[in-house]
Amino acid sequence: MHFSPVPLSWYLTLSAILFVLGVAGFIYRKSVITVFLSIELMLNGVNLTFIAFSYQLHRIDGHIYSLFVMVVAAAEAAVGLAIILTVFKNRGTLQIDEVDTLKL
Amino acid sequence: MDTVLFIIFAIVAIVAGFNVVLQRHPISSALSLVGVMGSLAVLYLLLGAEFMAMAQMIVYGGAVMVLFIFVIMLLNAGAEKPSSKAWFAQIAGLPLLLAFIATLGFLIYSALPGLRAVEFGSWTMGTAEEIGKLLFTQYLLPFEVISVLILIAILGAVVLALKEID
Repeated sequence: MHFSPVPLSWYLTLSAILFVLGVAGFIYRKSVITVFLSIELMLNGVNLTFIAFSYQLHRIDGHIYSLFVMVVAAAEAAVGLAIILTVFKNRGTLQIDEVDTLKL
Repeated sequence: MDTVLFIIFAIVAIVAGFNVVLQRHPISSALSLVGVMGSLAVLYLLLGAEFMAMAQMIVYGGAVMVLFIFVIMLLNAGAEKPSSKAWFAQIAGLPLLLAFIATLGFLIYSALPGLRAVEFGSWTMGTAEEIGKLLFTQYLLPFEVISVLILIAILGAVVLALKEID
């Protein structure tokens, strides 16, 4: 079977596209859960960049950073979802523009 | 073969990524995100990161997404209500995003010369053994710090979930 190589820039472009999609979701969506999912999408795009550059440099330090990003994302998901639960218990809504007590 | 696999899974990742952003219902967004994570795991494998591919499937595709779907089902989150967006986001949002991705593309294609071509199997250092060696020697302090972070996150989640605010 013939294996034809893929340019590394394609991987970097894919991660840039995923990151920008995450930013778009973060800005445009109004459901707090979808905003949170968009953050996960951004973190995944960054992880792909780390692993792609790890391949470029032939060092596995990038994998370690990527692992740390994954751990932080898991911790963030646990705390963030607990906050969402608490907000929903107190406000009865998941729309971020209806949670506006801090607004003047 | 590499190119075919890359194109298939890159298209799956991008389509699922668009689906995450465009779906009205949170559960559809969450399930699309599982698709993104699965295809990214395959791409990690193509980049020689076999341990990270498995961790991606288990931690992200498994644990984190189950947590998300659990919360969505617990809250019985329905479709998101359409609401007016800020005038700035309406006017400048899309052009700014396009400018951002154009800048990133320019950086990738012009400012990074000498990028390698990725060939599956030409670099196989991303095994659990190699990562473990590095993690428990050079990165021992960050590893310990991050375990404390996880502990704090668990305590925080429990405290927040039990808290009564009125």
